[in-house]
Amino acid sequence: MPIRRLIITVLIIAPILALLAFGFTRDAKYIHSPLLAKPAAPFNVTLFDGKKISLEDFRGKALFLNFWASWCAPCRTEAYDLEAAWRKVKDKNMIFLGVALQDSDQASKDFLKEFAVTYPNGKDESGKIAVDYGTWGIPESFFIDPQGRITYKHVGGIRAALVLSKLEEAAKSIASAQEGRGDYQGVR
Amino acid sequence: MTATLGHSSILMAFALALVGIASPLIAARFEPERFRAVARYSIFGQFTLVTVAAAALIYGLVATDFSIKYVAFNTTRATPIYYRVTGLWGALEGSLLLWEWILIIFAGIVAWVYRERHHELMPWVVMIFSIVSAFFLGVIGFLSNPFETISPIPLDGRGLNPLLEDANMMTHPPLLYTGFVGLTVPFAFAMAALIVGKIDEAWITTTRRWTITAWFFLTAGNLVGAWWSYHVLGWGGYWAWDPVENAAFMPWLPATAFLHSVQVQERRRMLKVWNLSLIIVAFSLTIFGTFLTRSGIISSIHAFSSGPVGAFFLGFLAFILLGSFGLLAYRADLLKEQPELDSMISRESAFLLNNIVLVSALFTIFLGTIFPLISEAVAGVQVSVGAPYFNSVTVPLFLCLVFLMAVGPMIAWRRASWDNLKRNFLWPASAALLFGFGLFLWKVRDFLPLLGFTLLAFVVCTMTYDTALALRARKRIAGEGILRGLITLSRRNQRRYGGFIVHLGVVLIIMGIAGSMTYSKEKEATLAVKQDLTVGNYRIQFEGLKGAQQPTHFRVEGAFRVFHNGNDEGVINPALKFFPSQQSPIGRAVHQSSLSEDIYLILSGFSEVERNQATLKVLVRPLVIWMWIGGFVIVFGTLICIWPMPKAEQQEQS
Repeated sequence: MPIRRLIITVLIIAPILALLAFGFTRDAKYIHSPLLAKPAAPFNVTLFDGKKISLEDFRGKALFLNFWASWCAPCRTEAYDLEAAWRKVKDKNMIFLGVALQDSDQASKDFLKEFAVTYPNGKDESGKIAVDYGTWGIPESFFIDPQGRITYKHVGGIRAALVLSKLEEAAKSIASAQEGRGDYQGVR
Repeated sequence: MTATLGHSSILMAFALALVGIASPLIAARFEPERFRAVARYSIFGQFTLVTVAAAALIYGLVATDFSIKYVAFNTTRATPIYYRVTGLWGALEGSLLLWEWILIIFAGIVAWVYRERHHELMPWVVMIFSIVSAFFLGVIGFLSNPFETISPIPLDGRGLNPLLEDANMMTHPPLLYTGFVGLTVPFAFAMAALIVGKIDEAWITTTRRWTITAWFFLTAGNLVGAWWSYHVLGWGGYWAWDPVENAAFMPWLPATAFLHSVQVQERRRMLKVWNLSLIIVAFSLTIFGTFLTRSGIISSIHAFSSGPVGAFFLGFLAFILLGSFGLLAYRADLLKEQPELDSMISRESAFLLNNIVLVSALFTIFLGTIFPLISEAVAGVQVSVGAPYFNSVTVPLFLCLVFLMAVGPMIAWRRASWDNLKRNFLWPASAALLFGFGLFLWKVRDFLPLLGFTLLAFVVCTMTYDTALALRARKRIAGEGILRGLITLSRRNQRRYGGFIVHLGVVLIIMGIAGSMTYSKEKEATLAVKQDLTVGNYRIQFEGLKGAQQPTHFRVEGAFRVFHNGNDEGVINPALKFFPSQQSPIGRAVHQSSLSEDIYLILSGFSEVERNQATLKVLVRPLVIWMWIGGFVIVFGTLICIWPMPKAEQQEQS
């Protein structure tokens, strides 16, 4: 009876395939960030113009912190959006800081020039900042309120409108319950 | 230009693969002769086009054509030429192209070698190859294109992951892929036999050498991977039961089972359905492995970039599993008649047990690998099982295998008589027990290692005893000495004596694993200059730190003088390398090997260079080197098994 045997074959194989397909509904790498609504880890960054800056310097301002690299395609996609958002808020009590990750100085500088980035940018020399912020896919962005608390986190490319609305929330110390997601590249 | 040439070759090859799939179907219905040739020529056409595409990508990598995105992401101008070439398998898109290239080389050789033989099977064999090839070409051509261009063209590329810049990474992926792809040959013949309905032993005897070759490459690929992990990753281990490692190891288990159980089918016409199932499972696992690596559904230290490819691999896996097991179920009526086992004490039952053990090992490893998925589907929480699970379930199974390795090749077919058992096993078993007792006196008191080493000795003793008896017979018949006798024996009975040597290699590998798993010592300490650390018979003295800027990274190196039993063995220099493109430093562990043990030094941290303090981790790992020696023994044994011999020489093939 081939039909019966065929049905049995399908019944044995289908659950395994279904289980594997279930794998696509979740992200194995996704770790819910325990950082939301918690104080941001302190850091020191040397900017590409040589100035040294630390988290403390931003106290009293809403901060948009963005991890990026010149080789990361989604970082290129969001670069113009970030600059556009920066131009809208730079006269308010808000600040942007870009931190380049796993990148050579020259490539980072070329990137900033290419996208005409005007907000401050530096480099995570030892990789410590990225570790402290649990960065696993870039671009990764953090919104920090004037008291130094993380209000929102976004893994992957972000659009200008979202940056602006989340910065408004950060300025009012409104923390989001969940982090956001866009196109990202894994950090090897 | 290079990109256009490469990509259009892939698309044309894809079209030819579709022709290769369609023509046997048309031939079966209308005009057999002409379309049979078409199917074969489509394979040769695909071979040419894919070779052009692979050459184009290699050219792009070597000539650093950064207009190709893949080249820009995987080389830099500073990358040495050999690592530019190996950039071919440095990331997803290129490694898929390498896979397809190896596949179509195999297909081309098969189509050429059997052009005058197996007229009934070959069109279908070619069709199966074309189906697999069409899938990979489709993925490469439409989803994961290695010839994608970028604009503006970057001035320099990003380069390979520095961990991949190692001589072993030049060999590990191609070896493993050759093993994976090689399993397509027996699979294609098995499917062809099922389609035609000629399910005798022809497909097995035809593909025997191919299967052994594939098995050999799988073994070598896994071993080189283990060696790379041991020698480059700097954690002192060679196997972590990571999902991706398991994915590479899993096809090895049914392939090994298959190599043994086909002998039962050849001899006794038994296990037909079982053998077909094993080869389907082994082939499906090669696709499953790629699916696991490329889909990112399970988190791994290896995971390659994931993307839409994963879903397509799952679809193809579903097609392969449902199609081939469906075909098997459909043809099951033809497979019914087969003789029964005569006795539980016989070679066929030893081989059957060996198969059951190997398949159980496969099942437990598979379960452990996908456990995070099961737990999340059932309980909503991701739980993974680690090395302790895998070790505790596989060690007893592998001990059974070692025992069967001693018994299987010596016990008689059909029904072993008491005389046969006594003749083959009395002396070897006594010698092994004596060896075990000696180990016990020599302070090996833990049960598992004692049992393990005794069983390993049992395997060696049975093989030595059997060979000694055969040599004595050669001396009596032809007056041959030991060396001459060994040569004659292995020429006349390649499979048996080649198999013995392969088993000896496996014994050495298991010995290395058992020794290093059970008797390793390790210590970690922070040392100031002239301070020392004692581990086992070793004393390691710290002599200072040194930092230097290298072309691609900054390197901090510690100097450690090693004393073994008081003798100065020289200075070794583990290092940490700081790459600008990496978050954390990359360790360069250093080890000194001897036949009895390895000493392995890892620089795990240091103070500022001026303060001259270093944190050092020292591991003493007994017998590790035997794993690599075992690998070479397997190469030798496999060569004896598959070396083409004139027919007249193979008188006593069993």
